[in-house]
Amino acid sequence: MTANSVSTNEAITARRREPVSNATLLTCISIGIFLTMYIVAIITLKGGFTKPQQVFDILNNNAHLIIIACALTIVMINGSIDISVAGVVALVSMVSVMFLKGRLWPAEGMSDGVRVALAACIAVGIGLMFGLVQGTLIAYLDIQPFIVTLAGMFFARGMITIVSAEPLQLTVSNEPGILTIVQHRIEMMFLGSPNKKGVIIPARMEVGVIAALLVVVIIAVILRKTRLGRHFYAVGGNRQSALTLGINVKRTRFQAHLISSLLAGIAGFVFMMHNVSGNATNATAGEMDAIASSIIGGTLLSGGVGNVIGTFFGVMILATIKLIVVASGLREPWWQTITTGAMLCFFILLQSVVLSRRGHKMKLPPWLKLTKG
Amino acid sequence: MPERKKTGFFQNNSQLLIPLVAIGLLLIFNLIRDSSFFSVNIGTNNDGYPVLQGNLISILNGASELAILAMGMTLVTAASGGQDISVGCLAAIAGSVFVKVLRAGPITGWTVALGVVLCCLVAMVFGCFNGTLVSVFKIQPMIATLILFTCGRSIAYWINGGATPTVGSPIITAIGSFIPGIPVPTPILIVILVGIILSIVFRTTTLRLYIQSVGINQGAAKLNGINPLKIKLLAFILLGACCSVSGVIGVSRLSLINHETLLLNIEMDAILAVAIGGNSLGGGKFNMAGSILGAYTIQALTITLYAMKVPSTDVKAYKAIVIILLVILGSPVVKDAFRRLRMRSNSGRTSIGKEAA
Repeated sequence: MTANSVSTNEAITARRREPVSNATLLTCISIGIFLTMYIVAIITLKGGFTKPQQVFDILNNNAHLIIIACALTIVMINGSIDISVAGVVALVSMVSVMFLKGRLWPAEGMSDGVRVALAACIAVGIGLMFGLVQGTLIAYLDIQPFIVTLAGMFFARGMITIVSAEPLQLTVSNEPGILTIVQHRIEMMFLGSPNKKGVIIPARMEVGVIAALLVVVIIAVILRKTRLGRHFYAVGGNRQSALTLGINVKRTRFQAHLISSLLAGIAGFVFMMHNVSGNATNATAGEMDAIASSIIGGTLLSGGVGNVIGTFFGVMILATIKLIVVASGLREPWWQTITTGAMLCFFILLQSVVLSRRGHKMKLPPWLKLTKG
Repeated sequence: MPERKKTGFFQNNSQLLIPLVAIGLLLIFNLIRDSSFFSVNIGTNNDGYPVLQGNLISILNGASELAILAMGMTLVTAASGGQDISVGCLAAIAGSVFVKVLRAGPITGWTVALGVVLCCLVAMVFGCFNGTLVSVFKIQPMIATLILFTCGRSIAYWINGGATPTVGSPIITAIGSFIPGIPVPTPILIVILVGIILSIVFRTTTLRLYIQSVGINQGAAKLNGINPLKIKLLAFILLGACCSVSGVIGVSRLSLINHETLLLNIEMDAILAVAIGGNSLGGGKFNMAGSILGAYTIQALTITLYAMKVPSTDVKAYKAIVIILLVILGSPVVKDAFRRLRMRSNSGRTSIGKEAA
């Protein structure tokens, strides 16, 4: 009993002395900037920002981006890169729309709920297949991940037009049952806000958002608490020393790419639930948005550093910047992306400066030192 | 002795093997499929001048921008161990500046020259921005260039003032298609010119050596008195110049600037060309000829698919399959397996020679 308490006490003191890790610091910075940005927007711009629905709108529109950004975070922690995710998202959304419309094979006599569930299975299956092939090529054949996933992106984007030349859309007239399931919104009365007539409109959240938040939590737990997560960090930090520690580096890299593509498949289904359409131009440049979000959240492309909580806030920051630019009256179409670029530049420089400064220990001048020695 | 020299040649140029094999296979495939693929004939264009036509010419012509970008990308990849993903956006910015200068007044030879110089300068400034982020702030190239990738095309849009202006002039047409009297498309000549300039630079200066040494081991290069920051910066500035040349060609082909579609997705193709050319994407030694061959391989593949009546939107999927096959052939695991096979078959004869080599 006493021995136990002593050891926990020691553990607590040890934890207290541990300096803040780089990842935590960068994540804290991004959370801080998001909160500051949002509060400033509420104070100066008012409008939609004062309503809770605004937060849910951001989440609804970016649920798929949150998931693929988590995928990128895992892969980047592992010291690799995956630029096929947005292509997989677009392909999955196209294939699942086709399936739901009965174009893949006539699924007659099947209830709408079963069809949606099957579509989700197909989505996950496509993601897993991409993960298997890419993971094998990258981990076991030792091919540069950039090239493999680039080919994956080309393949996915090309397959979309091969499976269906024209864009498809779920419509109320043809698939009313499926649409009600897919577009189900969770209504929260207590977060509602009154409209012009004084009637309280409840805040609406899509099912996909819950999936995205679940993914964030699950990945956070995996990275933080499990052996697999530690292996990801170890392999990303230094592959050679991970190997000498007895970690199966190849298998770890394979697993990272498998999980990433699996998440891309899930993200594709979430995207389909939000947009109910399949189109070759869906989620264009989504991979770069995902990479940018991960970076803003404090993940380093060199590997070994990062966490998904930061990534989540990275997505929120990117989305909020765009809203703020529109709300503040810069209506020309180019300002959104130019501001995003400037913001990205700011974050990247900030990270670089923070990381290079942390190497040097802050030396207090001698007359400020309170303790002797 | 002569035998040893031969093995030396193959060792140095073994990375050229993959693009050469790929181009060879593609050409043989086309020969079997349709022998008229190779016919090159002399036709006349709208102005009545003789011009070369045919699939081979369109491969050489169409890959011009890509080949120029691949040259610059090779330098950046070798020096910094990363890739610049903003080349397409930089070309769009350069093209917009070019058009902006041309539309300021009547188009003469001098204004075109001024436009080229100005857009080259602007692209070099942006390249310098990328290079500073990479060298001074030690940010990985892909992340650093993600900034311009995100907002580059919007900057081009901004320069154009929200329109897609056209520039019609015989001089522009001469740059984009044919100089009157010369049957070879001008972009091919520009590629040759850029190639000659670069090879003269490599022959007369130590740039190649410096870039390779910075890419292989930055610390060691620094100890030997090379400033890695300067070399990396220089590589990015050179890539900026390459981007401006491709941008000018791209604008001249269509006689208009469309910031959204000008050289769209070419950054991926340029990186691919470097990789197919057998260069490591992790930096270090590079082979310029390999990258250029890689660029022509990609274009040959695209033209072959077009000739097979594959819709332009589907081309990507087939391209991906070919790329994967190529990189599997070039992967270290497969290479090792081949080497072991060869060693086993040769072990009786040349084991001593191998030791010496």
